[in-house]
Amino acid sequence: MLKQVEGSRAVAEVVAKCRPNVISAYPITPQTHIVEDLASIVGRGDLDAEYVNVESEFSAASVVLGASAAGARAYSATTSQGLLLMSEVIYCIAGMRLPIVFTIANRAISAPLSIWNDQQDSMALRDAGWIQLHAEDNQEAADLHIQAFKIAEETHLPVMVCMDGFILTHAFEPVDVPDQKEVDNFLPPFKPTNIVDPRWPRGIGLFADPRFYMETRYTLHRAMEKSEETIKKVSEGFAKAFGRDSGGFIKTYKLKDADVVVISMGSIVGTIKDLIDQLEEEGKKVGLLQICSYRPFPRREIYNSLKDKMNIVVVEKSISLGRGGILASDVRWSFPRAEKKDRNISSFIAGLGGRNITKNDLRYMVEKVEKEPVELEFLGLKKELISEKDL
Amino acid sequence: MNQNAEELNKVEKKDLFTSGHRACGGCGQALAARLVQDASGENTIACVATGCLEVFSSPYPDPSWRIPFLHSLFENASAVASGVEAAYKALKKGPVNIIAQGGDGSTADIGFQSISGMFERGHNVLYVCYDNEAYMNTGVQRSSFTPYGARTSTTPMGNKTRKKNMPLIAADHGIPYVATATVDDFRDLQRKVKTALSIEGPKYIHILAPCPLGWGHHGELTVQICRLAKDTGLFPIYEIIDGKLANVKKIRAKVPVEEYLKLQGRFSHLFKKGGSKETIAEIQNIANQNIERYNL
Amino acid sequence: MAAAELLSIAAFKDGKFSQAFPSFGAERVGAPVMAFVRIDDKKIRTREDVQNPDYLIVQDYNLIGSVPVLDGLKPDGLILVNTELKPEELQLKTTAKVETIPATEIALEIIGRPIPNAIMIGAFCTITGLISLDAVQEAIMGKFPGRVGENNVAALERAHEIMQKR
Repeated sequence: MLKQVEGSRAVAEVVAKCRPNVISAYPITPQTHIVEDLASIVGRGDLDAEYVNVESEFSAASVVLGASAAGARAYSATTSQGLLLMSEVIYCIAGMRLPIVFTIANRAISAPLSIWNDQQDSMALRDAGWIQLHAEDNQEAADLHIQAFKIAEETHLPVMVCMDGFILTHAFEPVDVPDQKEVDNFLPPFKPTNIVDPRWPRGIGLFADPRFYMETRYTLHRAMEKSEETIKKVSEGFAKAFGRDSGGFIKTYKLKDADVVVISMGSIVGTIKDLIDQLEEEGKKVGLLQICSYRPFPRREIYNSLKDKMNIVVVEKSISLGRGGILASDVRWSFPRAEKKDRNISSFIAGLGGRNITKNDLRYMVEKVEKEPVELEFLGLKKELISEKDL
Repeated sequence: MNQNAEELNKVEKKDLFTSGHRACGGCGQALAARLVQDASGENTIACVATGCLEVFSSPYPDPSWRIPFLHSLFENASAVASGVEAAYKALKKGPVNIIAQGGDGSTADIGFQSISGMFERGHNVLYVCYDNEAYMNTGVQRSSFTPYGARTSTTPMGNKTRKKNMPLIAADHGIPYVATATVDDFRDLQRKVKTALSIEGPKYIHILAPCPLGWGHHGELTVQICRLAKDTGLFPIYEIIDGKLANVKKIRAKVPVEEYLKLQGRFSHLFKKGGSKETIAEIQNIANQNIERYNL
Repeated sequence: MAAAELLSIAAFKDGKFSQAFPSFGAERVGAPVMAFVRIDDKKIRTREDVQNPDYLIVQDYNLIGSVPVLDGLKPDGLILVNTELKPEELQLKTTAKVETIPATEIALEIIGRPIPNAIMIGAFCTITGLISLDAVQEAIMGKFPGRVGENNVAALERAHEIMQKR
């Protein structure tokens, strides 16, 4: 049913319809509305699940790990500090191949303390062996959760659905929340295979000495690579069942004749599309390549879509301190060395700590790369706040 | 304890935690924080956890703290304070009052590990807990200090667990001084802070700090609510000195818990149609158990 | 934010596309907040803060002295302030249209609580004609069932009456 609803609420309703058996989370802004709404849904009896109020994110992740290992469909949500606090468990969950689904309400990382949006948090855990999907708007955020459970349970890989904190979680916009029957038709009951159960005794989480460890990492890496097929298949299946495009690997917008291509992910994509249309009216041809699946990374898709594009600019809400743009790095790596020579791939860092990103900022970015490539630039940096010696 | 009675009982006003912060009107914690800092004096380092206090008092560029202030994360104020103490020891600096401060979560939940460690290792740190009985800063979600029956945003049907007894847990670590206090009695609260700071080793003070917004009452009722918390037996006032219960504040006239509960929106569901008499009875039972246990 | 939410739901019920979100969403409950609303006939994609609003609704009159409220307001825009003062008495330096309504007082009288949202939105819709009163009414009843909703609708109607007379 289409309704004007807060992003968090849409996600909570959709997650409830995915029939998780165990939910455990620790409140942290800006995820709080999601877990509160789920508490209400369970409290009212609209969802038959165990809702475990824990004392920290570390425990939340640990509870869902145990629940999943015992055969339950398990869910949690966190962000920023919470995600970092539970990072040990995040790696454990992937190593144990547990099909857990998390919502990450993307938020900046302390210090200094910031409760506002950027994507440093999920980026910090990009190597942990979780599938990471990024939502463009609240409709996609809701849809991706349904897809996430299906992808997780087919690939035996945990999935993070990333949505920009406040910008999406706290925004009211129209979302079509599917009804229970539609979700049930698309997402069958969880059939766990690798669980702790006295009927089939097995050990989960044994230690591996140097003779055995490496192969587990190889298997996990290959599983991530192979999950591409499932991610695409589930997205296509979703489109057939629900009548709208959601998820998948990448999406493109006015790419065909573009002279400059912008690459990004998350809610900023909406602002970029508006700018592209504006520039089109002015006679400029700019296109967008939007990344939905960040892990596994859509290297081949990027290369194939942008083979003939010579002016690419990556704008991201994250940074590898001491190195530069993370997404930009990944994109630069997508082109073989021989084809890098005349191709400009510029890197911009934007929106850290919730800094507002305007169409004018993005316009400045496009106009700059039209003139020359940019190795690394922070968009909208306020130099007056930085002391001379630190510039 | 070698401070004279006159000094201990003087109410200090030094404005070390100054006005202009962004707390809600009627905030119990803001009042308590001001009293604590003033009782401690200028020679103090405050290690504050993430929470209401930190958020409303320390935004860049205008914090309210006129003493040194260190904020790291939600769960590590005690561990950070332990580090400050270790540095002062190693560098043979000081003496200085190191006060770790936090609310429900940073004391008893996410920060439980680090406070237990701080107590167990015997650091010379005073920990002050501002107990507003939920995670107020992030939107009134339940904590392990949320009392039985209280409604929060994650216990919409009423909390089903008992309040964790942090003062006794602290005492059982074998620390030399533990005290409970409420924000309405300035003299008592500051006396306890000064007493604690005169003792070497880990100290714990647990302050009941009503939150008008989260508890659902008018700011003007804060004092009355504190009094009722005490007179019902729900929040006992005492000290534990070297493991022995001392200076228990007796109840002059016992008050039934309903008098306390009905003033607060978070308990209003108990008095509406379909409200649970069993829950109120259980809350009364908890109060009665406290009265017996602490001989109130 | 509650008012922004109400406005966006009303716009939705009128068949429009609407987006509402908080600015600097303060983590501490009870802090002053700014919220943005966009209304359009087609899908809204941008996520920027609204920096040049057509309309400005000020729910707390005290903000006017302490916060640069007028920044960015379009020269031919509208500012609606919750106050008993008349527009001229505010002495605002702006070319935009200035309107006032004593929303808190009306709320206390009709709803019994100083929550001005329904009145502000009602006044706003009457002045601008942007959204139908019916849609606002539906939005209110959807969010506040029973007597609370009815009281808010009554307050909405009073706001409409007052603004129509102006």
